Amino acid sequence: MKKAQMKFMMLITGLLASSMSFAEYGLNLRKGVTEFSETAYGLHTFTLWICIVISILVFGAMIYSIFAHRKSKGFKPDTFTHSTTAEVIWTIIPILILVVIAIPATKALIQMENPMTDDGKRMSMDMTIKVTGYQWKWKYDYMEDDISILSTLAKESNVARQKGSGIDPNTVENYLLDVDNPLVIPANTNIRFLLTADDVIHAWWVPDFGWKRDAIPGYINEAWTNVKVPGTYRGQCAELCGKDHGFMPIVVEVLSKQDYATWLAEQKGVQEEEAVLVQTEWTKEQLMAKGEEVYNTQCATCHLPTGAGMPPAFPALAGSEIVNGAMEQQIELVLNGKPGTAMQAFGNLLSETDIAAAITYTRNSFDNTAGDVVQPAQVKSMKQ
Amino acid sequence: MSHDITHDEASHGHDHDHKPKGFVKRWLLTTNHKDIGTLYLIFAFAMFIIGGAMAMIIRLELFQPGLQFIEPVFFNQMTTMHALVMIFGAVMPAFVGLANWMIPLMIGAPDMALPRMNNWSFWILPFAFALLLSTLFIEGGSPAGGWTMYPPLSLQGGHNVAYLVFAIHLMGISSIMGAINVIATIMNMRAPNVGYLNMPLFVWTWLITAFLLIAVMPVLAGAVTMILTDRYFDTSFFNAAGGGDPVLFQHIFWFFGHPEVYIMILPTFGIVSEIIPTFARKPLFGYVSMVYATAAIAFLSFIVWAHHMFSVGMPLGGELYFMYATMMIAVPTGVKIFNWVATMWRGSMTFETPMLFSLAFVVLFSIGGFSGVMMALAPVDLQYHDTYFIVAHFHYVLVTGAVFGIIAGVYYWIPKWSGHMYSERLGKIHFWISVISVNVLFFPQHFLGLAGMPRRIPDYSTQFAEFNMMSSIGGFVFGLAQVFFIYVVWKTVRGGKKATAEVWDGAKGLEWTVPSPAPHHTFQEFGPVDLDKMAHGKDH
Repeated sequence: MKKAQMKFMMLITGLLASSMSFAEYGLNLRKGVTEFSETAYGLHTFTLWICIVISILVFGAMIYSIFAHRKSKGFKPDTFTHSTTAEVIWTIIPILILVVIAIPATKALIQMENPMTDDGKRMSMDMTIKVTGYQWKWKYDYMEDDISILSTLAKESNVARQKGSGIDPNTVENYLLDVDNPLVIPANTNIRFLLTADDVIHAWWVPDFGWKRDAIPGYINEAWTNVKVPGTYRGQCAELCGKDHGFMPIVVEVLSKQDYATWLAEQKGVQEEEAVLVQTEWTKEQLMAKGEEVYNTQCATCHLPTGAGMPPAFPALAGSEIVNGAMEQQIELVLNGKPGTAMQAFGNLLSETDIAAAITYTRNSFDNTAGDVVQPAQVKSMKQ
Repeated sequence: MSHDITHDEASHGHDHDHKPKGFVKRWLLTTNHKDIGTLYLIFAFAMFIIGGAMAMIIRLELFQPGLQFIEPVFFNQMTTMHALVMIFGAVMPAFVGLANWMIPLMIGAPDMALPRMNNWSFWILPFAFALLLSTLFIEGGSPAGGWTMYPPLSLQGGHNVAYLVFAIHLMGISSIMGAINVIATIMNMRAPNVGYLNMPLFVWTWLITAFLLIAVMPVLAGAVTMILTDRYFDTSFFNAAGGGDPVLFQHIFWFFGHPEVYIMILPTFGIVSEIIPTFARKPLFGYVSMVYATAAIAFLSFIVWAHHMFSVGMPLGGELYFMYATMMIAVPTGVKIFNWVATMWRGSMTFETPMLFSLAFVVLFSIGGFSGVMMALAPVDLQYHDTYFIVAHFHYVLVTGAVFGIIAGVYYWIPKWSGHMYSERLGKIHFWISVISVNVLFFPQHFLGLAGMPRRIPDYSTQFAEFNMMSSIGGFVFGLAQVFFIYVVWKTVRGGKKATAEVWDGAKGLEWTVPSPAPHHTFQEFGPVDLDKMAHGKDH
């Protein structure tokens, strides 16, 4: 009996102590790199301490009572049944504490939703990025600069995360938190994010920025940030979005304003090269090689590297009527997707070259016998 | 009242009290509140083990980073089914089972008011869960879109949608009928001198819970029916491309979902409010304020639903309102915690197993309450939302809250049900293993969430490895401890020290005035009961 109570006591104090000591090991909420994330961290810490103080008082009274007011010590029970004074006190005090917490929380929320500058004017935004969630990747559109980035799980992580891959995740750098093409933004800039989704609901979350916001089909949500410190920040999709919900990370590279300008110029160059590629006539070998690469990053998550798919949700491409049928029909499906399923409208996501290559690859792999070749120009003409 | 007992004992004795013979007559066709209560409890326990097995699969896959055992699709099916089975199959039926057994005994009623409907509301459940669990074996597998069933995700995939929707309809019908029965019983079947403010707190909390059930189960039924027609009949309630609104579903769902979480905790408040006074040998502190606090929590539960949706993008005014309203819940909940501590204060406590589980409940439920207050703050919830922090939060309120309350109730009343005392030594072993392992299981999940681990993911970044492993080990031990609980219960039912009618030294309540085990029929003669035997019969 005695021993049991000691253990109980140790457990409770252990729990309280552990919450504090682990905080020092960096397992508390992150402070982050924006004004908002620091405000959220401050509120979190403030409320946590209030909770700790209240628990020490309440559990302290309870534990004292457990040890002092017990039958084995011959304590005779009192008979009181209520005390209006006590009950009024422990109704009023919590209300006051809640008011004290609510004031800074209200201020922080207003700053997130209706940001103001220090002199009381509505804050203006320097640039806008549209974030679109897809199963299971992110697309970033730079609204002012007409650049798009498609961001998927980095290949190294994607290989290692397959069941039975035999690769130790500890040997993969930034396992599951790395992408092929990160979002790049300038530091010390007010950036407006417009968030939406193409298929199901996703949520865009970078803990160091201090917020997450849902990306919902049919909605355009708004959020903003201003990152003070250049660096690489990582996050993940936070709303269950299907089988690969755990495998659509977010990586944001924050560059100084100067570096960002350089990066931006480079991107424009890449776009021009892309335009040239679409006009080129490709050989079958070239298309097959590129197609295999595109297929494995974009298509294989659902249709599997073997083309076997996972019916009924994800149909097989091997032996598929569409893949072995008329070419136009398949191009049409890939460009416009199939509503209500995970098959996206890839016309908005991939370049004409990538689409042509991937279709060529599927028509000539997995024992499919179409045998023909799709040129980027054909895809482009069907897109218009 | 005392007349009743002597009548029962003298003319029938314990062994031949008109129990129907044969399995079909005794159990399938039963209209007896005690037998139906037993059926509910056995069913809930079976579901607790099935849902627990799913949790073990989840924790096994999360034991270390990388995918070792199952594919992501199956992982999502497990998280979805674990929640559905635990909520609708384990916790809610367990409460209805306790209500069936105890409410008539506590208010001096011979049975539930609507005994045939009572039979029906139980026997629907096995069909509902056969339907739900059968999806594990159909093409495309079980629902994998989370128990919240958010469209458009829940509309993707195979035909499990139809199975899920019809299973939920059946569960809803069962719950509504159970709730109607509880209300009808409490309002009409109390012994003539038992007023509302003489009722034990378990009866009060269940009365309020029953109203919540009747109010919100139809809302859920409506929401899932719209999912069904969106999936099969080309409607576009939740399909943006067809002019519908995916967020509308979330509002409807949480209008059900938030009262639902109180449906799963209020009866536990009642159980604990019975147990603590018994083992503190002192009347419950602030009985009337406990009743009002319960009613206040129930009222608030209807007007806070969108705090589950701070990240969907609501107008500022809406977010502020839902933040303030949610914070208000801390006040009546705080009153309850303070009242329980004040009940212990200057009592004369002993620490039998039901009391140990109740004390652990008070502490651990409070921890879940604290993280609840933290998450009420909308600006910080933009960080906490959909992470392991909230997984930790709702498992503290549901496992160490609701489930600990149910376990406490089982230990408290099993001598009355079976006529045998459980083994105090085994009960204590069960308690200590459970209370330690459950904290090893769920406490580290707070850290995981704060460090940035989203919920519902089958694999995670290596920085989360240590705490996940710790949590999994806690999970396996906690799971085994509940298998041990089956043994303890089984052993008690089969034999053990004979229990007296009073069972617990100085326990108050009409259930302690009938013999142990409670005869098949009790309080058959309608008449006044001895109010002195009730905890709040005279003075509160």
